[in-house]
Amino acid sequence: MTIWLTVIGAGIGCYVLKLAGLSLPPRVLEHPVVERIADLIPVALLAALVAVQVLAADASLVIDARLAGLATAFVLLLVRAPFLVVVFGAALVAALLRLWG
Amino acid sequence: MTTAGSDRRAVIRDSLGVGVATGLYGTSFGAVSVAAGLSVAQTCALSLVMFTGASQFALVGVLAAGGTPLASALTALLLGSRNTLYGLRIGPLLDFRGGRRVAAAQLLIDESTAMSLNRPDRTLARVGFVATGLSILVLWNLFTFLGAVAGEALGDPKTYGLDAAVGAAFLALLWPRLSDPVNRGVALAAAALALVLVPFTPAGLPVLAAGGVALLVGLLSKHEDPTEFPEAGG
Repeated sequence: MTIWLTVIGAGIGCYVLKLAGLSLPPRVLEHPVVERIADLIPVALLAALVAVQVLAADASLVIDARLAGLATAFVLLLVRAPFLVVVFGAALVAALLRLWG
Repeated sequence: MTTAGSDRRAVIRDSLGVGVATGLYGTSFGAVSVAAGLSVAQTCALSLVMFTGASQFALVGVLAAGGTPLASALTALLLGSRNTLYGLRIGPLLDFRGGRRVAAAQLLIDESTAMSLNRPDRTLARVGFVATGLSILVLWNLFTFLGAVAGEALGDPKTYGLDAAVGAAFLALLWPRLSDPVNRGVALAAAALALVLVPFTPAGLPVLAAGGVALLVGLLSKHEDPTEFPEAGG
């Protein structure tokens, strides 16, 4: 039940953020600090999510097949592979490592 | 200025191309989401109601890592705030009013923004926005469902490396922003801070705390940082 509330609540919240963007006067952005922060937030959050998803296991840091998956994703992004290839390529390498490990 | 039919068709064709490419990767969200422990119905509800990829991946990623529902929701909302930024920029260009604005708002995502920016007139901007947004809405939801059903049929996500796919998805979403050196510095600092906090804080908090790096750099830096928009088809 909590998960349902989270899904619907955060979903509606994200919609409201979109509607606010189309409804608020554009001068909200004229403050350079607001604009800089708004621009940096996705960078900081996505980078932190990469780190935590790949290296954290409960409350400790571990190096396992996930890191090999991330390295694969890095190489695939360097050669401009499409999103799906990057994501499933990383999964494939992690799965193969576990199979042979 | 009138919009020639051929211009319109060209914009629609490009938009559908972006729509198909983006919609297909709903498969990966569906698979990752059920691997994180959400049901197929919850996964589909996220794609329909939230409908903004990075936030959806964040919500299920934080939950999968053992974070609280509140932390997962806050992370998703913080990431969703960039859509507000896009709306502020393209709102005057699209100029949707009333009910059309309420409907159009759900389509406001990275790709629809990219495909409506830099159009020579309002008509073409609207065509790019709606054609991209609608095609992604339909395909993203369809492929989320297929990915979720397939993910559930596969069983233990670890066997198939789907847990490793989440980090890859976040890196792919972050990638276009890493061409900027300030962004690279912020990304490294945020990742380091989150990792340092992992042993000492409840799951979910390290990521939110890393958002503080954005706050700090934004407040302290003096340089101009024009809003970054996603590239179409990225």
